Amino acid sequence: MYTQTETEKDVSLETPKARKASGRFKWIKLLLRSKTGTLGLVIVLAMFGMAVFADMIAPFNPAETDVVNRLLPPAWVEGGNPDYLLGTDNLGRDILSRVIVGSRVSLLVGISAVVLAGAIGLFLGLLAGFYGKWIDTVIMRTVDSFLAIPNILFMLIVLAVIGPSLMTMIFALGGTTWVVYARMVRGETLSVKERDYVRSARAVGAKDARIIWQYILPNIVSSFIVIATLNVATTIILESSLSFLGLGIQPPDVSWGLMLSDGREYLATSWWVATFPGIAITITVLGIIFLGDWLRDVLDPKMKIK
Amino acid sequence: MMNTTAAANRRPLIQVKDLKKHFPITRGLFNQTVGTVRAVDGIDLEVYEGETLGIVGESGCGKSTTGQMLLGLLPPSEGSVIFEGKDLTSLSKEELRLRRKDLQVIFQDPYSSLNPRMTIEQLVGEPLKIYGLKKGKALRDEVVRLLRVVGLDEHHLKRHPHEFSGGQRQRIGIARALALNPKVLICDEPVSALDVSIQAQILNLLKKLQREFNLTYVFIAHGLPAVRHISDRIAVMYLGKVVEITDRDSLFESPTHPYTEALLSAIPVADPTKRRTHKPLEGDLPNPSNPPSGCRFHTRCPYAQERCVKEEPSLVEYKPGHHAACHYPLGM
Repeated sequence: MYTQTETEKDVSLETPKARKASGRFKWIKLLLRSKTGTLGLVIVLAMFGMAVFADMIAPFNPAETDVVNRLLPPAWVEGGNPDYLLGTDNLGRDILSRVIVGSRVSLLVGISAVVLAGAIGLFLGLLAGFYGKWIDTVIMRTVDSFLAIPNILFMLIVLAVIGPSLMTMIFALGGTTWVVYARMVRGETLSVKERDYVRSARAVGAKDARIIWQYILPNIVSSFIVIATLNVATTIILESSLSFLGLGIQPPDVSWGLMLSDGREYLATSWWVATFPGIAITITVLGIIFLGDWLRDVLDPKMKIK
Repeated sequence: MMNTTAAANRRPLIQVKDLKKHFPITRGLFNQTVGTVRAVDGIDLEVYEGETLGIVGESGCGKSTTGQMLLGLLPPSEGSVIFEGKDLTSLSKEELRLRRKDLQVIFQDPYSSLNPRMTIEQLVGEPLKIYGLKKGKALRDEVVRLLRVVGLDEHHLKRHPHEFSGGQRQRIGIARALALNPKVLICDEPVSALDVSIQAQILNLLKKLQREFNLTYVFIAHGLPAVRHISDRIAVMYLGKVVEITDRDSLFESPTHPYTEALLSAIPVADPTKRRTHKPLEGDLPNPSNPPSGCRFHTRCPYAQERCVKEEPSLVEYKPGHHAACHYPLGM
């Protein structure tokens, strides 16, 4: 048997074994080890909980107007009413209740549209990058033509033709933003495809499906997660532009984006109308980004040691 | 170790006939072909069972491209690679995939040739899984056996490649290549990315494995010292062509081609008292998209004459088993 000489140190033995999580609770253990990951999970769970139990938590009906109490400042500001913790908007609707109920549409639209766009973009990007030739040409020229038309115009056309509803909005958002993922995934695929380990997969007889699934996908997933989590924010804002233009969420329904655009007019006099939905978007997006960063690190074997 | 006469009596395992690989140079909006890089420009080789054929040459001489074509990973532009009587170039994609079980490869850079997302168990077991040869417990046992063969251990199974040193990674690469019990291993500069102290270990391991499993090696390297240690026969390549091919000892003792001579004189000698008559080669490797006329080496050859500029020399057997492509072979 061949024996190792002293010159070749067994580097692998230096890895602290105890730090490697295993067993049934592997994922939870790995999550709790990361502070930002835990924070992200807490935020995301809290937001989802708020969306699911919105009706029970909200102190008022979010659509109920009270013209006498319009544009009341938050409770802790002078002139505020303790009943309306975060103040009221221009029609006297309770902002806290609207933020709570608005999370439903915002989260649903934001996350579903990103999942839809991500799935389309990932699939087409992998196809274009891996197979190249005419497949690449067809897919990438389609992407280019999408990029040539302003996103918002495209969505407006779709919504104007089909008519605004939650579903059409998700499809319109997902159907236009996938190009970002497709371009990114194609580029990464092109670079990973040329690595030696992909050639080694061919040498041991791997078929295309295995190469894409086991070799390309795991090695591009980190960039993909980063882009996808950042895009949740963009999508929530895009939804607000659509709502602002009247083709998104229709009152009496409410979303954070709609509240943002409602509050724009009063930004100089009543800052709270737009600020609180804005804070809600920021916190949600941060939570998703934290969770995404953690996921990226967990999927990378090199990061597990930390 | 085998000698040349024995090799001559055997039937070749791999026969390469007039193998060419031209890469088009495309430019402009519509990818017009403006030229071709003649990476490999017509080579003939024979690889005999159980031997080690070394292929040496400068960077860009086409030795790695040749290796890729021998594996069937790169389709040749022209010519054929006959492995056990079957022309690899005529096979369909699926037939080639099945044939490749017998032809495996060890890559140059152990840092880029192992998928960083897979564990050692997955890496070494993957070939067996792909061909459905082993499953479950048997698969795991086989992986452990392979790891032991290359000097690694069971406790490495769940580790990822980044947790290993260069030499260990190369061992993992070798275990992966051996998994399918191949007949031929193409070693594409398997030690040039490693520390000198580890190079010898890997070379010794390869030699041991060759004896144990009756492997045939095609050993690609850019320097003669590395191939000397392991090769039975050596082919010297220059600009996409084989300029000299013979058994190891006669190559080192009596080189026939001026390029081989230049390569040999570039090997440092570990003896400070020895005054060496080192004649360094002048100039760079010519552009393979526009190779020189006549003998491709004439631009850098110290013995070049008029005939060399006009007429391309063909590979001639000057001594038994000793082929060279030169109009004025040395020592003749």
